[in-house]
Amino acid sequence: MKNLFLSGATALMFPAFSMSVFAEERVLSIGGSITEIVFALGEQDRLIARDTTSSFPAVVEDLPDVGYMRALSPEGVLSVDPTLIIAEEGSGPFETIEVLEGANIPFVTIPDGFDRAAVATKIQAVAQALGVPDKGAQLAAEVDAQLAALDTNVDAPSRVMFILSTQGGRIMASGTDTAADGIIALAGGINAVTGFEGYKPLTDEAVTLAAPDVIVMMTSDGDHGSADQELWSHPAISTTPAAQTQSLVRINGLLLLGFGPRTPEAAATLHSALYGEG
Amino acid sequence: MAIIEAGIPFPPRQAGDRSAQAMAVLVLCAVLLLVMIIASLTVGASGTSLLQSLFAWASGEPIGLREKVILFDIRAPRTLLGALVGASLAVSGAVMQGLFRNPLADPGLVGVSAGAGLGAIMAIVLGGMLPPAFAVLTGMYTVPIAAFAGGWLSTILLYRVATRKGRTSVAVMLLAGIALGALTGAIAGVMVYMADDNQLRDLTFWGLGSLAGATWTKLFVAGPLIVLALATTPFLARGLDALTLGEATAGHLGIPVQRMKNVAILTVAGATGAAVAVSGGIGFVGIVVPHLLRLSIGPSHRYLLPISALLGAAFLLGADMISRTIVAPSELPIGIVTATIGGPFFLYVLLRNRGLLDM
Repeated sequence: MKNLFLSGATALMFPAFSMSVFAEERVLSIGGSITEIVFALGEQDRLIARDTTSSFPAVVEDLPDVGYMRALSPEGVLSVDPTLIIAEEGSGPFETIEVLEGANIPFVTIPDGFDRAAVATKIQAVAQALGVPDKGAQLAAEVDAQLAALDTNVDAPSRVMFILSTQGGRIMASGTDTAADGIIALAGGINAVTGFEGYKPLTDEAVTLAAPDVIVMMTSDGDHGSADQELWSHPAISTTPAAQTQSLVRINGLLLLGFGPRTPEAAATLHSALYGEG
Repeated sequence: MAIIEAGIPFPPRQAGDRSAQAMAVLVLCAVLLLVMIIASLTVGASGTSLLQSLFAWASGEPIGLREKVILFDIRAPRTLLGALVGASLAVSGAVMQGLFRNPLADPGLVGVSAGAGLGAIMAIVLGGMLPPAFAVLTGMYTVPIAAFAGGWLSTILLYRVATRKGRTSVAVMLLAGIALGALTGAIAGVMVYMADDNQLRDLTFWGLGSLAGATWTKLFVAGPLIVLALATTPFLARGLDALTLGEATAGHLGIPVQRMKNVAILTVAGATGAAVAVSGGIGFVGIVVPHLLRLSIGPSHRYLLPISALLGAAFLLGADMISRTIVAPSELPIGIVTATIGGPFFLYVLLRNRGLLDM
């Protein structure tokens, strides 16, 4: 009974709220996963610009690009005339945000995180900023259900090493507290590198010691065939179990590390790449 | 270090030989700067125009909040800061080349750039570890404050190393500067290693320089310091001219050499420290502008210093206009623009004037 009353009250209040927010809104989305959420909420018609990291879905690339999310210029942002800015945590610099606040443009920062709960929180925060909290709750529940439905229990979890880059033979791998670490856990793997936080270059010996069963990298343009050969011939990598079975998974960076509505897809893709279908 | 004395006209020409030409260049650069200032207020990603807004305002139309913010909170401080930074980089370069009697000298030689860079890097990487009370106090200005402090500390250190019995050896300072540069480079390397990938991005962007963060607060803090430093340079001109003959000769000519060195080093550290702190690493201005001017007005610091200030300011404003419009609404770091324009242009000038480019 009480519940019924509450939902009735929300329904009454909601139209009034959304009316005021909807009036000719021009939304600037900053951060690849934020843009994906705006699309997933079906609110993409309100988007008028994006940042450089927003590249999915492909149509978003037709929108003007205001630059890299951590190096925004105040006039560049103002030039696209936004009435609402939704930005991923860490966007900036502060000086730009200060100027934008001076111009009375609402600047909403969406908290970041790398686990199942963080995805739902992010979606709801974006929906709240867009004035569509009911859509947000629905999408968050959907995505959360998809994540919950993933059957990632395996008898022998794989040790996974995420390699950000191999520039000049130097292995940049992910430690803990990163998006890569989060998605490996969601896919039912174990991060083989746990001695540090963030992405760091590993010594060859540490690579050998980590002994990953599988290596995960981001897809990049160019000839993967020769790039793979180069990876397996790396002295340290060649000693790992992954090299013996030539287990390398390449997944699009934004899909893999975005922690947005496509994260269930990313986790499922990575899971089946790690353990095979079914 | 080679002492290049060929720039001293010999046999001495009539006094004021190039004065008329220098005056003409001075006026030209002043006009150029004025044009650049107006253009800088007019050009931008948003298409808002100063003149249009002024006309609209004059005819009684209210200026919208957006136009107001763009003109007064974004472009005005940015233009003023750009002019001051450009002037201080160019003048500092000219002073250093005079003081070290070396055409390659730039403010980096007194360690100020290396120190400022290290300060900024440490603030970016370690900023999160500051005690909260301190972080609240400095807020978003942690990086500029650290850069300024780092610049000063390293200059003072170098100066102490190079000064013995009240005499500062520029040769020792030059060499010690290289040693200090190696050390700061190593510490910066440790910081880069500790940085997470967001901080790495910040470091890269800082190193390429930008005026995008120009605010009135920054202008009010850095501006007076830069203006003060620039105001001392006219008093250095005669001393720097005499110094081209060597320190001993300058002393015989009645120049208080040691005092002049002190003032010159303080000036450069102050001006460059403030400039680097608010704009990051903007290279090349301190080398290109003074040399370009020496080619047309000669080596006399009496004209070189003030005209360097004007041309440096105009050059940086021009570069900034390119940086904020070429990939609009995004922005290209200004260090890329100054080096891309400055490098080839300077090469061209060198090729045309081979043999003329003496100090």
